[in-house]
Amino acid sequence: MTTTLDMTATELREVNTTLQAAAKAQANEAFEITNPRGSHAMACGLDGPLSVTIKGSTGYYCAGMNKEATVTVEGSAGPGVAENMMSGVVTIEGDASQYAGATGHGGLLNIKGNASSRCGISMKGIDIVVHGNIGHMSAFMAQKGNLVVLGDAGDALGDSLYEARLFVRGNVKSLGADCIEKEMRPEHIEILKELLEKAGADAKPEEFKRYGSARKLYNFNIDHADEY
Amino acid sequence: MDKTPQTDPRQSWTFSNSINSEIRRAADTGIYDIRGGGAKRRVPHFDDLLFLGASMSRYPLEGYREKCDTSVTLGTRFAKKPIELKIPVTIAGMSFGALSGPAKEALGRGATMAGTSTTTGDGGMTEEERGHSEKLVYQYLPSRYGMNPDDLRRADAIEIVVGQGAKPGGGGMLLGQKITERVAGMRDLPVGIDQRSACRHPDWTGPDDLEIKILEIREITNWEKPIYIKVGGARPYYDVALACKAGADVIVLDGMQGGTAATQDVFIEHVGQPTLACIRPAVQALQDLGLHREVQLVVSGGIRTGADVAKALALGADAVAIGTAALVALGDNDPKWESEYNKLGTTTGAYDDWHEGRDPAGITTQDAELMKRLDPEVAGRKLRNYLNVLTLECQTLARACGHNHVHNLEPEDLCALTMEAAAMAQVPLAGTNWYPGKPGF
Repeated sequence: MTTTLDMTATELREVNTTLQAAAKAQANEAFEITNPRGSHAMACGLDGPLSVTIKGSTGYYCAGMNKEATVTVEGSAGPGVAENMMSGVVTIEGDASQYAGATGHGGLLNIKGNASSRCGISMKGIDIVVHGNIGHMSAFMAQKGNLVVLGDAGDALGDSLYEARLFVRGNVKSLGADCIEKEMRPEHIEILKELLEKAGADAKPEEFKRYGSARKLYNFNIDHADEY
Repeated sequence: MDKTPQTDPRQSWTFSNSINSEIRRAADTGIYDIRGGGAKRRVPHFDDLLFLGASMSRYPLEGYREKCDTSVTLGTRFAKKPIELKIPVTIAGMSFGALSGPAKEALGRGATMAGTSTTTGDGGMTEEERGHSEKLVYQYLPSRYGMNPDDLRRADAIEIVVGQGAKPGGGGMLLGQKITERVAGMRDLPVGIDQRSACRHPDWTGPDDLEIKILEIREITNWEKPIYIKVGGARPYYDVALACKAGADVIVLDGMQGGTAATQDVFIEHVGQPTLACIRPAVQALQDLGLHREVQLVVSGGIRTGADVAKALALGADAVAIGTAALVALGDNDPKWESEYNKLGTTTGAYDDWHEGRDPAGITTQDAELMKRLDPEVAGRKLRNYLNVLTLECQTLARACGHNHVHNLEPEDLCALTMEAAAMAQVPLAGTNWYPGKPGF
């Protein structure tokens, strides 16, 4: 059974309280939220198995800090969708604005459209799959996890990158400081294959290039000052 | 033959020995100086203010007999569960990573015994500090190292760090020697690399976005936790006004004497305003918005004595926070380690290479052997004692001015010893009824 929460009649606080309580109950319930009207902070802080479908577009920080829950946005998402996500699956049927998946620690963020600038900024273990293109400065200071882009990447991809893996099928406008193209080894093909399957993406791992950190900026060296 | 008289050798004020040594250091290394602590230069400070005390026009309270309350409640604006503190002195945010686990434990123990809060830092919340801190403020920093919803919910308050007094507009760098396996694990980074703490948040820019970020944090924590916003002493009037607009319950204002674990010396000494200069504009902003006392103001940066506490409160703060002084109370820069400071090329009182992880006192280190030098129970009791002394001194001054609560201290209780302090604190120069910039003069 699916419970419907209509945001023309239900305040954000009540929506989130209801969802958070259901998540905590670990009952794997299903919810449908109608008329979201771009509300901010929807379905954030969920901590348990729960299915939430949002019938429309959302504002900032939808599904922020998600744990275990499955959240689907049947529209586009505003800035910071699934920020600091810990686990679970967040799917955006449309496009995602800036900072999608920022600082995420785990789980899968699946963006069916495009993602704007700074997608995956400071990501710490999350997997992000973008079926379209991503904007500039994506994966800035990205620490762990995987960013998969089926389309093109904007300027300064992976600037000041740590250990996150970046896979791009299309063109990369430019690479950021200390980000280089790396060899695609069999283990990377395996990782990518699994992620593409999970995200339902129609692409072959062999079509992608891998980018990672050159690790030249890991310890400060004055001879690298021009890189900063 | 008589010797021709000579003038004494004359050192240049512009090119002092200290300046020349920095030039030589820069020439040798090719890198700027990085250090811990806050501004070391002399700036107008609380020492430049005096309390007037009671006389014909003020009625003092009896010391040791008449009550002078010191309690403070933080987070009354929106939070369901404001923080109740017994004393108006809190422990400022300092990270596990910059500090050892035992040092964080000692801070928690001392603060809890004294009835106040302590604060996490970059690098997340450790069990040592959560377990030993009855009231723990969880910092929400640009790096988001270790950030997770579970710790967010088990915090007693959340402090969104926009800036700090030692480096308004700057981030940090924890050098590789302090990135041990445990520190690296908490920060999701490889062991041994220099770890950059970002200077701005990854998912919001400006107060309009921050307002929405605060909404999200409140939604995640059921609107229970007070939300602090910490700013460095840059543009205090506007920073405080915008923090209020963004929805802060509490504003932490950190002047340039406030410490850091590691930043460029040029940043520490040349960016930001002295603490004394920040308080009145901040209070003015709160008063202009009708939010003074509804949004609490916590002032930090160079608080050392109960007199400093009392003066900050008299200028309009609700509480203060201490960082460097708390470390000194635990044992930082203690003369008993003089020979070891000498080996590091420094001396007691001047040791500030906290980022190198070789602290003889075992406080600003991740070295397992050095850490053992700090007994968290003993150090915690020292901090408790120090906090109690700060409180007693503050009460003493408040009673002398006739106040039965330290929050009743007011600017009219003060005068200034210098023109600069008079202008910054907007209290009269001693012996006059005037301060620079006073309307009507």
